[in-house]
Amino acid sequence: MSAAAIISPPAAETIDDKLGSHTISLFVHDRPGVLVRVALVFARRGYNIESLVVSPAAAGGFSRMTITCSGDPATLDQIIRQLAKLVDVVRAIDHTGDAAYETEIALVKLEVHDEDRTQVLQIAEHFNAKVVDYATDSVMLRVYGGSEKLDALIGLLRPYGMSELVRSGKILMARGGRET
Amino acid sequence: MSVQIPTGAERLIQCLEREGVEYIFGLSGGAAMPLFDALVDSNIKLIMVRHEQGASHMADGYARATGKPGVVLVTSGPGATNTVTGLLTALMDSVPMIVLCGQTISPMLGKDAFQEADVTGITYPVVKHSYLVKRAEEIPLVAREAFHIASSGRPGPVLIDLPKDVTQGPCDAPFVDDVELPGYTVPNRADPEDISAAAELLKASKRPLLYVGHGAVISGAGKAIVSLAERLRAPMVNTLLGKGATDETHPLHLGMLGMHGTAYANKAVVDCDLIMSIGARWDDRITGKLDEFCVDAVKIHVDVDPAEFNKMVPLDLAILGDARLVVEDLLPQIEPADSEAWLAQCEDWRQRYPLKYPKQGGLRAQHVLDRLNDLTRGKAVITTDVGQHQMWAAQFCLSTSNRNWISSGGAGTMGFGFPAAIGAQFGQPEKEVWAVCGDGGFQMTQAELATAQNHKLPVKCLIINNNYLGMVRQWQELFYDNRYSGVDLEGNPDFVKLAQAFGVQAWRIKRPADVDRVLALAHEYDEGPCVVVAEVVKEDNVFPMIPAGAAVKDMLIEKPKAPMQKPTGST
Ligand SMILES: Cc1ncc(C[n+]2csc(CCOP(=O)(O)OP(=O)(O)O)c2C)c(N)n1
Ligand SMILES: [Mg+2]
Repeated sequence: MSAAAIISPPAAETIDDKLGSHTISLFVHDRPGVLVRVALVFARRGYNIESLVVSPAAAGGFSRMTITCSGDPATLDQIIRQLAKLVDVVRAIDHTGDAAYETEIALVKLEVHDEDRTQVLQIAEHFNAKVVDYATDSVMLRVYGGSEKLDALIGLLRPYGMSELVRSGKILMARGGRET
Repeated sequence: MSVQIPTGAERLIQCLEREGVEYIFGLSGGAAMPLFDALVDSNIKLIMVRHEQGASHMADGYARATGKPGVVLVTSGPGATNTVTGLLTALMDSVPMIVLCGQTISPMLGKDAFQEADVTGITYPVVKHSYLVKRAEEIPLVAREAFHIASSGRPGPVLIDLPKDVTQGPCDAPFVDDVELPGYTVPNRADPEDISAAAELLKASKRPLLYVGHGAVISGAGKAIVSLAERLRAPMVNTLLGKGATDETHPLHLGMLGMHGTAYANKAVVDCDLIMSIGARWDDRITGKLDEFCVDAVKIHVDVDPAEFNKMVPLDLAILGDARLVVEDLLPQIEPADSEAWLAQCEDWRQRYPLKYPKQGGLRAQHVLDRLNDLTRGKAVITTDVGQHQMWAAQFCLSTSNRNWISSGGAGTMGFGFPAAIGAQFGQPEKEVWAVCGDGGFQMTQAELATAQNHKLPVKCLIINNNYLGMVRQWQELFYDNRYSGVDLEGNPDFVKLAQAFGVQAWRIKRPADVDRVLALAHEYDEGPCVVVAEVVKEDNVFPMIPAGAAVKDMLIEKPKAPMQKPTGST
């Protein structure tokens, strides 16, 4: 396999680039230690991992990792190459700027007062967020979607006494015939 | 008749035998006892050391001298952590090595058991790959994978952590021949289009330069590179670790480049219009200040590790493949470049700026090494430690054949030279092996005198004794206004008596007039190890020098009159 097959060239001009945030997908051989080895590639270069999702792949014995991270873009190419070099990493692809399908889930808990409830439920409805738990003094919402949509919703809800927030971290899949 | 099922340890040793392992360098302890026990009935020879760091450098020296992986066996906890420096040294210099570590029994993992250390955890950053074996039946597969990974592609160290219940328990899992590692591919022949592109660039160049690194040594590309240089009419330079791949006495060879390289090699780097790395990674000791490195020259890089491409310098052409195969495939497309004026210029530099040292004022390391070169003429294996003596040895001991030069480059590990020579001597019993060590570094692993003496190993150790941590002292003299801090090796032992205490033959060189006589004595001595202590002038400096972080063109041929700024480069 040539280097080009494992390493996708960094995309030119993208939204993520401007934010200094990148999304990488890894297809890895599911063996002990692989997560630590991957994490060390980032840590050694002072890169911050913002979210990391690990899950079983379609093929048995392999896993998927979707990583969003931030740091100096010049270092990213090195990081991708060093990830691809790991014995247990089959593919490392930088999806920054790709038109890949991306999604994320968030759970939000709000300690919402009676007078705010209608307002909160309206916002939730607008974002297709579902109420999954309803108690006397709290509401739990579940919402899917692109990370920016989630950011927007969370921004709007913050003033209403958001007591807990759990986000799954971004997952993505390349569109059409392209590999993730 | 009942068939005895082997233990995990016995199975592992059988696997090592199948891999062709001749020697294991190690030191025992509780968690490793099943493995040491299994060695009693094996043809593999156990070389017992005095410190695990010594074992790791012996395995490293063995590997560099033979091309085969060196094997280390140590116990858990401190035994394993003592190999960390050896792992780093091997990783930085791409040396195939297998480190087998005993470990506490698996039910005790993570419970702070006696001599338990998270060895796989501690060593992640210094291995090419590693295994914690949880079940005995994994042993044959892990062993085969480990040897494959350690010795293929860009070689490196692989660690196998072996809980004692795993090595003690039964294991009749069958031997494994083929491994399937979907995430691990070994580049081989390059893309023909890249080869043609390189041929075009080389043809168009008027001032080409071949920059030869350790990858050329590892792949055995030397012969092909010399043919390339001759056919293209291009000069060659090599890195510290590239020494030996190509004959440094070849008329087209300009010697070592970089921080303490020859002036003519570095002048060629500054003025070339094309530089082609063959298995060299544009290390900071080579490039100096990156923004000013070969700015206008075309840069080609041949490497088996794609992660090296564009890491330090932007490339015009990257060729992924084995160095030897790439250069061999390139040769048929090579025509002479229009480079005669360039070759004449390089020759002129060679005449005008030769390596030199004062012939007066006491015994000089350069003189001793110059004479050692005369005595051995590239036939001996020379290993070095780290410091001034290393740089002088690199400058004056010209390497003429592959795997005859062994030095810690990437890690710059003091304490490496002497045990590496022991390992090299085991690997190359017919060759004369010299370790060139500083008085500081030698003391870090000097206990291995006992190891050499036990085996009556005819390894020769030349200690360049300047009673200083000389290289650091040189920096303090040049860049820190002569403020010496922590460099005086006052309290050094008498190294002749020290060697004698181990039963090792030793001589001293005090005056220039002693040099040839004593070196000849050591050269002829074959009853066991011997030590030559050269008591050299205390304050001498290695030149030429490119201060760390300075541009190659700002190389100093000798000590400047004016005080200098502190270097900005890495170290
Ligand atoms: C393990 C280790 N510690 C520290 C250093 C930093 N260092 C580099 S060269 C040097 C001096 C070496 O002194 P010596 O062995 O006497 O050799 P000399 O330079 O005098 O020839 C030191 C301390 C190192 N390279 N390795
Ligand atoms: Mg010294």
